[in-house]
Amino acid sequence: MSCNHTEQAPRVVEAPIVINRRWPEEGFTRIPAWVYTDPAVYKKEMDVFFAGDTWNYVGLECEVPEVGSFKRQWIGDRPVVMVRNEDGQINVIENRCAHKGAQICWENTGKVSDFTCPYHQWNYDLNGNLQGVPFRRGALGKGGMPKDFDPKKWGIKRLRTVNRGGSIWATFSESAPSFEEYCGPDVLAEIDHMLPGKKLTLLGYSRQLIPSNWKMYLENLKDPYHATLLHTFYITFGLWRADSKSECIPTGGGAHSVMVSHNEGKKKSEATAEMERFRDDLRILDAETVTPRKEFNEGRVGGAWVFPAAQFGIQANSLKTRHVIPRGPNAHELVFTYYGYEDDDEEMTRLRLKHANLLGPAGFVSMDDSEMLKQVHTGISGYPDSVSVVEMGGRDTEPTDYMVSEVLIRAFYKYYREAMGL
Amino acid sequence: MTTVLDSIALRMQIRDFYDDYANTLDDVDLEGWVDYFTEDCHYRVISQENVKAGLPLGLIYCMNKNMLRDRVTALRETTMFEPRTLRHFISGVRINRIEDGLIHAQANFMITEALSDQEPTVNLVGQYQDILEQTEDGFLLRRRDCVYDNYRIRNSLIIPV
Repeated sequence: MSCNHTEQAPRVVEAPIVINRRWPEEGFTRIPAWVYTDPAVYKKEMDVFFAGDTWNYVGLECEVPEVGSFKRQWIGDRPVVMVRNEDGQINVIENRCAHKGAQICWENTGKVSDFTCPYHQWNYDLNGNLQGVPFRRGALGKGGMPKDFDPKKWGIKRLRTVNRGGSIWATFSESAPSFEEYCGPDVLAEIDHMLPGKKLTLLGYSRQLIPSNWKMYLENLKDPYHATLLHTFYITFGLWRADSKSECIPTGGGAHSVMVSHNEGKKKSEATAEMERFRDDLRILDAETVTPRKEFNEGRVGGAWVFPAAQFGIQANSLKTRHVIPRGPNAHELVFTYYGYEDDDEEMTRLRLKHANLLGPAGFVSMDDSEMLKQVHTGISGYPDSVSVVEMGGRDTEPTDYMVSEVLIRAFYKYYREAMGL
Repeated sequence: MTTVLDSIALRMQIRDFYDDYANTLDDVDLEGWVDYFTEDCHYRVISQENVKAGLPLGLIYCMNKNMLRDRVTALRETTMFEPRTLRHFISGVRINRIEDGLIHAQANFMITEALSDQEPTVNLVGQYQDILEQTEDGFLLRRRDCVYDNYRIRNSLIIPV
């Protein structure tokens, strides 16, 4: 059998991806529904943001404690591996063999001395350097790689990586600014606040698959307005409510944001009348569930959204990172990584675990978030030409010292339109 | 001395207990669900991922019966969720050992979920790891870890496992 090289190959017409959409005239106070469902928009987001000039959350240093410890992770659609090398440095490398592209790491966590692709057994060290190619010289004097094949050129791509107080961040981009410059002082201060340089202890993960576009989760965390209405537990027990001291600060041109508030406990005020779901009669038998031990700045809670897909936040005594992994236009994975400090006493660890009942897929104040996001996604999917209105608290993007505002969402879409060219 | 007949009878009783528990949850009788536990109980819904890594975090982590009661209050009074019908399928009931009068047992669970406008899907699969106490009124759970095999929760976990 032979291959006929003169045979005509099938003709292919190049078809570039075009986003044939027009943003509503009103600008960032409107969100067109197609932005959540259009596959071309999604593809461009993956390129522009997740693979572009952004810094992405990968994990906590304490997840890879020893040489060879690894954690599998995703940056947008792209699988990566976080691994500690022989020098104790943490690398983030693509989870993709340089040969044919198979994942070299199939487990979520573990420990290895090197990575071998199971397909053709190409072998890489913990820095991603190609160490061995079976049959490189062929067999029986025949075959093998061409003589000029240079293994140095065929390692696995290692991403630019930063360790900030025990949190690991990576970027595919060589042109992205430094991590510090990327975050800016407000976001950096929030990260430093939660990761003050103390050694961290991992408490566990919760993962859920939410059938809505990833930006809906981002918006949900930039939306204090809903939290003062939807979450009865928050408002009733003063964990988060419209009439407590608070701040909404858009930063990074609107990409990032800081949202903080103060836990004031259960109280009645003028504003409670507006909160239909405030329940004066609601009694909790285990009061400790909603009563944090004083830890950070007299009950200051909240956190920072680090664009594109991470949030660092405190609620009561639970410390956690939230990481959003887009899974196509119509779904995203949400991962909570809970941690504590190595010097926590037994009571504090117990409280961190107990207060984790507030959040996650079964959390008192977040099981309804995922339920709502599904409703929103289903609601808009059938109406791609519809628009939503985000005018609560005005039509501008200035920081506020109150909660009844959608300023962070407006600021985000101001940034988003520019970055996406929409 | 436990005879063979005793152990068969005990296993049948434990199976009945598990079936009753499943039925209570299928009926969304949340108040009845609480009655299966002792006052000083431990009830946790935890991923196999966390268990294997030796991490303590549970999606639901009740450290006493009051926390179970609070969860029922939350579900009844405060939570917004899409209407759904759940079915709990329990199989592979085993008594692992009896120690200091406490029964260490396990069973597999599979929970299907039918949302208001959709066919049922397999929602959660895993294993109960239990310590039961035998009282005059029947068995009570002193400790129940619901270890689920799913990598991810499908959207949200509303009704307890």
